[in-house]
Amino acid sequence: MQYLPNIIFALALALGLSFFVMNIRKLFRNIKLGKEVNRTDKKPERLKNMMMIALGQSKMVKRPFSGALHIIVYVGFIIINIEVLEIIIDGLFGTHRVFQGLLGNGIYGFLIGVFEVLAVLVFVAVIVFWLRRNISNIKRFLSKEMKGWPKNDGNYILYFEMVLMTLFLVMNATDASFQQAGVGNTISQFIAPLFDGFSPEGLHTIERTAWWIHILGILVFLNYLYYSKHLHILLAFPNTYFANLNPKGQFTNLDSVTTEVKLMMDPDADPYAAPAEGAEEAIPEKFGASDVADLNWVQLLNAYTCTECGRCTSSCPANLTGKELSPRKIMMDTRDRLEEVGRNIDANKGVFVDDGKQLLNDYISPEELWACTSCNACVEECPVNIDPLSIIMDMRRYLVMEESAAPQELNMMMTNIENNGAPWQYNQQDRLNWANEE
Amino acid sequence: MNVPTMADMMAQGKQPEVLFWVGAAGSYDDRAKKISRAFVKILHQAKVDFAVLGTEESSTGDAAKRAGNEFLFQMQAMMNIEVLNGYEVKKIVTCDPHSFNTLKNEYPSLGGKYEVFHHTQFIQDLIAEGRLKIDDTTLKGKRVTFHDPCYLGRANDVYESPRELIKRLGVNLTEMKRNKSTALCCGAGGAQMFKDAEKGDKEINVLRTEDALETKPNIIATGCPYCNTMMTDGIKFKEKEAEVVVKDIAELIAEANNL
Repeated sequence: MQYLPNIIFALALALGLSFFVMNIRKLFRNIKLGKEVNRTDKKPERLKNMMMIALGQSKMVKRPFSGALHIIVYVGFIIINIEVLEIIIDGLFGTHRVFQGLLGNGIYGFLIGVFEVLAVLVFVAVIVFWLRRNISNIKRFLSKEMKGWPKNDGNYILYFEMVLMTLFLVMNATDASFQQAGVGNTISQFIAPLFDGFSPEGLHTIERTAWWIHILGILVFLNYLYYSKHLHILLAFPNTYFANLNPKGQFTNLDSVTTEVKLMMDPDADPYAAPAEGAEEAIPEKFGASDVADLNWVQLLNAYTCTECGRCTSSCPANLTGKELSPRKIMMDTRDRLEEVGRNIDANKGVFVDDGKQLLNDYISPEELWACTSCNACVEECPVNIDPLSIIMDMRRYLVMEESAAPQELNMMMTNIENNGAPWQYNQQDRLNWANEE
Repeated sequence: MNVPTMADMMAQGKQPEVLFWVGAAGSYDDRAKKISRAFVKILHQAKVDFAVLGTEESSTGDAAKRAGNEFLFQMQAMMNIEVLNGYEVKKIVTCDPHSFNTLKNEYPSLGGKYEVFHHTQFIQDLIAEGRLKIDDTTLKGKRVTFHDPCYLGRANDVYESPRELIKRLGVNLTEMKRNKSTALCCGAGGAQMFKDAEKGDKEINVLRTEDALETKPNIIATGCPYCNTMMTDGIKFKEKEAEVVVKDIAELIAEANNL
């Protein structure tokens, strides 16, 4: 019976990890529903981007206050993982503070001391985050798309972190041998007196309870990630690695269109020619995107990476002037629809069965799409290099090339370009008149 | 005003140093035509051997592309590329950041590979080569703020060359709260120039004009014909025409040099 806790621990760990792995596989499958796009070139530049932006948080600190708070929580998260490793070893093998013996009191005391300080800093930062989200009237947290689940999700993450940090400190404060050793209890020594009245057994029970809830909480939190915007703590890394490296103004030239245009412009081409012998009948390609499977996999990865911080929306000129467009909502809609498609595939034994819905209209309206000035402010702002503009453009392409559903004035502009080589109705023969008009 | 065309040049068996891509706005829009003329005066002063396509120039297709019409864009691009390659054009300069972006970034994979400059970059090079000087006394003491065009700034990371030129005018350059990579769009990009804005509570150009007015400028400097129109409209909306003028950097240089 003495191994019972270790067995329970091993089972909980296995269960938590396998559920997580199952969801991650689903995540991969969903992302792979997107079209192929080559993002494996320029590896050193990609690696540098990932190190600077995801690991180094270089774009977070462009807004210094929230950036600094975020770095505290981020560093706390990374470093406290060493403590989690110790907890896992202790849990599996029935040891107690195994690193204390391995590292010696000096190093161990230093490490745990730092963790305790970080835990307090994280706790404070998280409280400030909570106040910003719930009390301060910060516009980007009050947008329409932040009602309901997105708002609650944000708060749940913060509560989780508050509880986990508290448990960590209580666990240390009630660990009698740790307190007696007096190494690394920088913060917990001040909490320990609160438990003065407890018997050694009572103290031990509290310590064990905090320990168990702490590690089980971490496992639950790990599995919460997939369902939450908090997934960015993992996906920020691949997302910055695979991000677009071309100049932001350079939009893709659709290859399928190039083929068609070349055919149209080739005087020798026979439009009625039968396909060459043996050539496979190509499936006519859809131009632009009306649903998630028309987007490429990086755009879908973007959607899963989005933390809904709203920096994009708060810098979007259309949004700033009260228009419907919110780049954040574009990303949230893409993720919601992708999840819906994923659940559809799960329910139908691995194949997608048409549900009569799509990203366009059911999630994103043409009005939102047409409000975009393609100014790239949202792309520039994103702390993890998400590109909402590319999704907007692909959907505009669908509206125009598949549905001829551009606003009337744009149709006129395009007709003018087609007929006169200018967006206005002027004669091309007058194109040099400006030179002699002074 | 002497503006040679590529066809003239070819007839004389000459190849100019650079092609000036005027763009649709620079050719037809009354306000933007002044920018084209100012730039040509600068080219003349620096004795730059240039030519334009004239009636052979057509829309780059930028507006069609941003509106989502990739077909029309690529047809325009391929026709233009045929003309440009026919004249063996190597270097292009333009006053329009939209043409600049499209020619520089989107034409290469369709067969049009050129060295493309925004006019502020080109003028900067002329100064560096000692071919042009800017008189820093004419506009001395004026307060100038520069509005970054999205397709020059964020789209292509060109933030410094317009500012370097403005500083050479001897003026007092002030920055808006949103500048360089955080600059606010004028509201015309992405084909918005050619349609009414969606329902909202303000026009983007008015908001941007407010940014500019906060710096209490005498001059709002621009480097894009569309931004110029939007900011000029914003100033009219705010009834500040008496105090503030909107000028392209090329116009300011032409004015400073009494061209």
